[in-house]
Amino acid sequence: MSFLEVTAFLFDGFKISLLIFAVTLLCGAPLGLPIAFCSMSRFKIVRSVSKVIVWIVRGVPLMLQIFIIYYVPGLLFEYQLFGKIDRFMFLEYGIADAGRITAVLIAFTINYACYFSEIYRGGIESISRGQYEAGYVLGLTKSQIFRKIILKQVIQRIVPPMSNEIITLIKDTALANCIMVCEIIKNAKELAATKALIWPLFFTGVFYLVFVGILTIVLNKLEKKLSYFRS
Amino acid sequence: MAILEVSNIRKSFGKNEVLKNIGFTLEKGEVLSIIGSSGSGKTTLLRCLNFLETADCGKIEVDGNVLFDSEDKGKLSEDKIRENRLNFGLVFQDFNLFPQYTVLQNLTLAPTLLKKGDEASVRANALDIIKKVGLEDKINFYPCQLSGGQKQRVAIARALALEPKILFFDEPTSALDPELTVEVLKVIKSLRDMGRTMVVVTHEMEFARNVSDKIIFMADGVIEEAGTPEEVFDDPKSEKTRAFLHKSFE
Repeated sequence: MSFLEVTAFLFDGFKISLLIFAVTLLCGAPLGLPIAFCSMSRFKIVRSVSKVIVWIVRGVPLMLQIFIIYYVPGLLFEYQLFGKIDRFMFLEYGIADAGRITAVLIAFTINYACYFSEIYRGGIESISRGQYEAGYVLGLTKSQIFRKIILKQVIQRIVPPMSNEIITLIKDTALANCIMVCEIIKNAKELAATKALIWPLFFTGVFYLVFVGILTIVLNKLEKKLSYFRS
Repeated sequence: MAILEVSNIRKSFGKNEVLKNIGFTLEKGEVLSIIGSSGSGKTTLLRCLNFLETADCGKIEVDGNVLFDSEDKGKLSEDKIRENRLNFGLVFQDFNLFPQYTVLQNLTLAPTLLKKGDEASVRANALDIIKKVGLEDKINFYPCQLSGGQKQRVAIARALALEPKILFFDEPTSALDPELTVEVLKVIKSLRDMGRTMVVVTHEMEFARNVSDKIIFMADGVIEEAGTPEEVFDDPKSEKTRAFLHKSFE
């Protein structure tokens, strides 16, 4: 196999990695917000439930969570949901791995939403009471205060920890190969097994590095853009 | 008729009774200074009047309208509390400007959200007020680019932008370096000259004496002494007032 062929094959896998990355970010980031609000709720029961969920999700390896999501429907209800999606999508549309990828996306979204929620909570709780009170004495509603005063300050504060988490996310996508999703590492391992080529496995690092490089530049720009004020 | 009538305000935090039966009246255009040592309940009183805390007991009337009466059953709705707050403006000790907005935006944010007029009139009004505090050359600056004194002047302007009937100051110069307090006190004086009704919690005795029509000295949650500046400063009746003033002017 030529270098270009290997690169193309690995890139096919990296597209799946990018898909997992993008969907997790797009679904997990918003989902983290209600979880954060639940963790800060006035009602103890809501707070407790939310905190226990976050504890479990953060406390169990993500790989194990992928196994749980993937296998539990079959084990508990004798219904292999994701296997059925796999077969259906392949037979109907010729799309491979659709069920497995769905399982991975669910596990990733829940896992990252919990991590994001803790970052949001930290950000929201770090804003001084005085900002809320200044809003109150100006006759603003709670929702106006949050949207117009608090939110942007929170965003400014959470960009650095979120950047960290986002960079971790792209590397975590490699975990999808534990249920045989054809992401980039899985493809490289396949080359090792079928073509006796080991170098592509190490070459995958370049894909991650380039992508993380781009992410770093974009996130730094965002951080800089938000640095026009100090809170 | 008094513009502000406060009677029998009590407030406790747990077992700690911070305000015990506070009452006073204020006429339109008057300036009242509240003095007293830390922990005497001055700030809590301002917070109760601005509904940042709810008094356990008492009555607050503005222009003859009852805003709060603990005799009334039922909790005040959130909308009612917001409406009540608009009678007052409050300037905080540590400014609490909104850091992500420029000086001008800090002034226009609330009037815009509360639909106090179209964009042009809100802006014109804000510019007018900014001039009064002498910061017309800073309208596009962010709070982090201002000195403490300038920040506090913006905070005063922001409170004025909603045209409150009464303006409250909670130790407006306590977070400032001595050389910066002057500019803030000057602004407050100029507001008095324009006929603003104000209540100032302060540690600046000279200032209180010079600008106030009335002085209240608070100690341990009660009004220990009240009167004109001459009465309170020159001829204090209470032993506690005398001791406090003695320390303050030492």
